[in-house]
Amino acid sequence: MNEELKNIWRAFFNWVMGNGPRPENEVIPPEPPPDLPFTQKPHDKYTRFHEATLKERYNQWLEIHGLHIFAILYTGLSVLTCIVIVSLLLATVAELPPFGHERNPANNEVIRRYVEHGGHETGAQNIVAGLILDYRAFDTFGESAVLFTAAVSVLMLLGASRRNKTDTHSLPSSNAMDAYSIHAPPMRHHTFRKDDVILRAVASLSIPVILMMGCVVVINGHLSPGGGFSGGAILSTALILCANAYGFERVHEFFNERTFIVSSSTALMIYALSKGYSFFTGANHIHSVIPKGTIGNILSGGLILPLNICVGLIVAGTLYGFYALFSEGDM
Amino acid sequence: MINMFAYNIPFASIFIMMVAAIVTPLLPKRSRIPEKLSCYAIALVAVLSAYLLYALTYPGQSLSFNFPMGHFPAPWGNELRAGPLEAVLSLVFCVAMLLSLTGNFSSTAEDIAPGRRQIFCVLVNLLTASLLALTYTNDLFTAYVFIEINTIAACAIVAVKEGAETARAALRYLVMSLVGSGLVMIAICLLYDLTGHLLMQNMHGAILVLVTTKSYMIPLTVSLALITAGLAIKSALYPFASWLPDAHGTSTNASSAILSGLVLKGHIFTIIKIFYRVFGLDVIHMLRMDTAIFILGLVAMIMGSVHALRQNNVKRMIAWSSVAQVGYIFLGVGLNTTAGIAAACLHIIVHACVKPMLFTAAGGLSNAAGHKKGLHALMGTFYVNTWAGLGLIAGACSMMGIPGFAGFASKLSLTLASFDSSVVVWALAALATSSVLNALYYVPAVIVIMTHHKDAHKNFTAPKPTKLYKFSMFIFLTLNFYLGLFCVPLLRLITRGVNVL
Repeated sequence: MNEELKNIWRAFFNWVMGNGPRPENEVIPPEPPPDLPFTQKPHDKYTRFHEATLKERYNQWLEIHGLHIFAILYTGLSVLTCIVIVSLLLATVAELPPFGHERNPANNEVIRRYVEHGGHETGAQNIVAGLILDYRAFDTFGESAVLFTAAVSVLMLLGASRRNKTDTHSLPSSNAMDAYSIHAPPMRHHTFRKDDVILRAVASLSIPVILMMGCVVVINGHLSPGGGFSGGAILSTALILCANAYGFERVHEFFNERTFIVSSSTALMIYALSKGYSFFTGANHIHSVIPKGTIGNILSGGLILPLNICVGLIVAGTLYGFYALFSEGDM
Repeated sequence: MINMFAYNIPFASIFIMMVAAIVTPLLPKRSRIPEKLSCYAIALVAVLSAYLLYALTYPGQSLSFNFPMGHFPAPWGNELRAGPLEAVLSLVFCVAMLLSLTGNFSSTAEDIAPGRRQIFCVLVNLLTASLLALTYTNDLFTAYVFIEINTIAACAIVAVKEGAETARAALRYLVMSLVGSGLVMIAICLLYDLTGHLLMQNMHGAILVLVTTKSYMIPLTVSLALITAGLAIKSALYPFASWLPDAHGTSTNASSAILSGLVLKGHIFTIIKIFYRVFGLDVIHMLRMDTAIFILGLVAMIMGSVHALRQNNVKRMIAWSSVAQVGYIFLGVGLNTTAGIAAACLHIIVHACVKPMLFTAAGGLSNAAGHKKGLHALMGTFYVNTWAGLGLIAGACSMMGIPGFAGFASKLSLTLASFDSSVVVWALAALATSSVLNALYYVPAVIVIMTHHKDAHKNFTAPKPTKLYKFSMFIFLTLNFYLGLFCVPLLRLITRGVNVL
């Protein structure tokens, strides 16, 4: 009885250690005898199929067909799930209120005030700009912070890790590298030609126009369609075109990782501080000193113009940063 | 009427953390200033939250208030809302976040490359800000925006420790988390189309009208199912929890503690808000979502523990135990009563205090065993790092529900809450089974670390735990006993908070 208890305790103890029977207690299977009789050949895994036991046969079968069957099952189940979700969502959409109908639930006092008093209350001619940067400025602050978070995370994951590799490993020296300046960083994923005259000619003509267009869209955000998000995206295309035509080093001269961090953080900080003042005065019913201006003037709409510029800077930097980091691994 | 200082605290807490996050990239690199800034900012917010809690529960005060974000009142502008429950949760989140950071100060320095530490602090600040915003927001779209920040920052703090394993875990987490975000987004769009509002109480009014007139019932049900599924994926309810053990088991100890203790809780509290404030318990019951959540909670309680039993790696074991604990919380939510939700909130608080302690303790023990995470490698480590050993033992007792420890309080209140419902037998059976299963994997771990091992002290060349580690562990243990012994006033406070939610 005592011995049995000891055995149970030992089994429990071994299980506690997480690795079953301990190596010294493990029963090592005896070696097969060296000379087998002529009739009993050691069975071959694939030739003597009929001699294998059922379990071995199952294992062989699984080894050959398992992945294939899993792939079929996986694809089938994925397609089935998608079909179910798609039909469910289509059924839902069919039941929704008709688009643009005047008696829809969404046409309520909230929308009415935005449309009827938006210009007068926010000072912005573009109601959408007034909506996202004045009525619901906290959400837009969150959205800008989402971009900031994403950019910082990508910078950490791609930028820092690749640079560490530069320190520890020797630089690869391929012909593609020769096109670059002497400080060629590694991990280039595409080659760029120094003598692409057509691209450079078009870029030199179009980059100023694109930059101008981007600035116009950002600065007129409170007067006409556009604003920080769309204008910032246009600005980033100018940077991306410049990088493709003249090489990333050229962009690097005026826009590198440090510039990006400083511009994004400063822009977001200006957004946070100015809008923080506005939130604080609004909630505590203190008179805000920010003037609304005359609707339609370029200097109108209270904080909307500076906020648009901040958002534009963040968006332009982030989009170019994603492009540079994913294609180059550096900024 | 609440005083002006307390009135501004919800806004100030979010604002302080956001500003701390934005300033951090501008600070000098490769110094420890960013980490100190994070700790001081979080500590300041914790003090402010404690004051808010005091001001809200002071006799003669109104129990909750709304804070308009800007010059436009609520349905037009954004709005925050604070009551006792929100104040308690933000206090607990800040304290647990602070202790997770200070307790793992040295392991963070070992695991994370110096160039990345600054950005790690940015992400921690953003995570804290998003948790606070999720706690205080009264607007569903604001909640979504901060869920996004939370998602990206949470995935990045998994990947901050370099290595193939963490990269794979982070990618998996990112994919699952984005599926969840997508479902939440679709559901919010549908709900806006049906109600025309994004403010929670206005949505509630519109949904009550829809339910009484029996119009748009299919889209309403689908949107509730989608938003619940989306947030359940993010909070690792069992069938959707496959990403959790990788993400929490492979990341650095501070990240594991923050993710397990806090990030999951932010999403669960959002679900509670949506159930309680947007739909209302009657509508939830009518659409049968409470039954679904209850059943999934039961399955999670059992399956999380069963998976934990099969683990050899101590951090993965604790991570699977989180799945089981999330099941407890959803069990409380699925009871669909005020008492059930109060018990679920108490369990959120208990788990937010205990799980970071367990991860910090596991980190200290595996550090003492020479960075080995296998359970058998930890033999005798209790005698090397006693504080970590005490933390693991107290955490294990708490998870098993031994009286006097934190877990007992929440399990007791869950049990008491389940007596009011018709599913009491199921709830009690699951609570009992799950507690036994918890014991089955925590007791062996405790036995292993306390078993004397003749070679142990020769192999263990790890440095002694720092003063900061001991201090953090002491606070964790104190919190654990406080919650276990004096939970009744806290539960009363939470019930008041849920009543005015």
